[in-house]
Amino acid sequence: MYMATNTHILVPEFDYRRPGSLSEVLALAAEHGDRARLIAGGTDLLVQMKMERDAPSLVISLAGIEELRGIASGDGLTIGAMTTIRDVAGSATVRRQYAALHEACQAFSTVQIMVMGTLGGNLCNASPAADTAPALLVLDARVDLVTGEGGRSVALGDFFTGPGRTVLAGGEVMQSVTLPEPGAGTGSAFLKISRVVADIAQVCAAVRLVRDGDTITDCRIALGSVAPTPLRIGRAEASLTGGNGGLEAFERAARIAAEEIRPISDVRATAAYRRHAAGVIVRDALTTAWRRAGEGGGK
Amino acid sequence: MNDRRVRFTLNGEPREVSVKPNDLLLNVIRDDEKLTGTKYGCGIGECGACTVHIDGRPVLACLELAVAAEGREIVTIEGLAGNGGALDPLQEAFLDNGAVQCGFCTPGMIMMGRALLDETPEPSEAEVRDYLRGTLCRCTGYASIVQSVIDAGAKEAAAD
Repeated sequence: MYMATNTHILVPEFDYRRPGSLSEVLALAAEHGDRARLIAGGTDLLVQMKMERDAPSLVISLAGIEELRGIASGDGLTIGAMTTIRDVAGSATVRRQYAALHEACQAFSTVQIMVMGTLGGNLCNASPAADTAPALLVLDARVDLVTGEGGRSVALGDFFTGPGRTVLAGGEVMQSVTLPEPGAGTGSAFLKISRVVADIAQVCAAVRLVRDGDTITDCRIALGSVAPTPLRIGRAEASLTGGNGGLEAFERAARIAAEEIRPISDVRATAAYRRHAAGVIVRDALTTAWRRAGEGGGK
Repeated sequence: MNDRRVRFTLNGEPREVSVKPNDLLLNVIRDDEKLTGTKYGCGIGECGACTVHIDGRPVLACLELAVAAEGREIVTIEGLAGNGGALDPLQEAFLDNGAVQCGFCTPGMIMMGRALLDETPEPSEAEVRDYLRGTLCRCTGYASIVQSVIDAGAKEAAAD
């Protein structure tokens, strides 16, 4: 695939704009619609353009929009869409309160890609293998989308519609990702299996448990690289909620998750391997999240 | 697709170049500025051979538009040596350890190692290996490369 493509240069021609305000971005995006693409870190878009799978006539840079960057705590957490993966990984608040997201960002590709790539870019690119997506799904994330006409908040579970496809309408821009405050007794975890650490996931999983003594009062399980979109596994969650935590329960939920996913065989792994590995990492992530939930505080 | 003027600092020197929107920073550095230390490896962000520092952070010049360099401070492998050509301690450590085989990955390795030492003085071996995970050496000479970063960290700490 790579040999047929010249990745030395960028063949498609396009116009480039770097607005200094979000309102200018929205005006340009509305005017040019599907002919324009937004560029955040560029680590996905420029590869797609080098492969000539995407050829926008206008590239609009978000680099000049400071209000899209940064992490703000208050009632929960708001992460600007242009915040880099490296900055999310390095946030003490994220590490303490949202362990699954911290671990997903730490496991993300290479340091250079973490420095360049952004949280909003990872979500809007909508790869089924996006590391941050399962973590944000179990943390009940919402994404704030905005046009010149106004904004809307969408549950992340409703955001992805297929590989590379989302509910983002032409001219709509992701502004931020918001996470609710974790309640007492919360624990979360993220695990990923890939050929080497810098590689894209063969399968990844995130879980979140809320623990009251030995009882699981709430639970989320999501996987990546196992279906056309990042996937919540409702039946595995239901098998745990209201029951006691422990290895037996976690193995049962992991078996259900392995049954429910719809993996494919591709260059990275076979479907059978993905199904097996999914069960293993769901079990292990549940075990870790359960321990964290028992250590008190929101995690 | 009009040419436009872009101003940035390259290895401490103010530069003004004329680029097209689809010109990549890597090609401006290598072809226009004639600084060929920075390498073109895979072109898709997997090998790290094109790593340069922009505003002090390690990024891939093969996935950076040259127009986006406006106002930025860029440092390449040629800019690490001090005045009078004194090598950076990390470059010295590469020489001491014989950490160069074919040499193609070396500029990227040194730019990553330098970025790590600037963030984390005296990194552990695990920290070095994790930080360098996106910079590939197809001669597979990782042991001496990792040792060079550790040695340079120790030497810089001792000098402080």
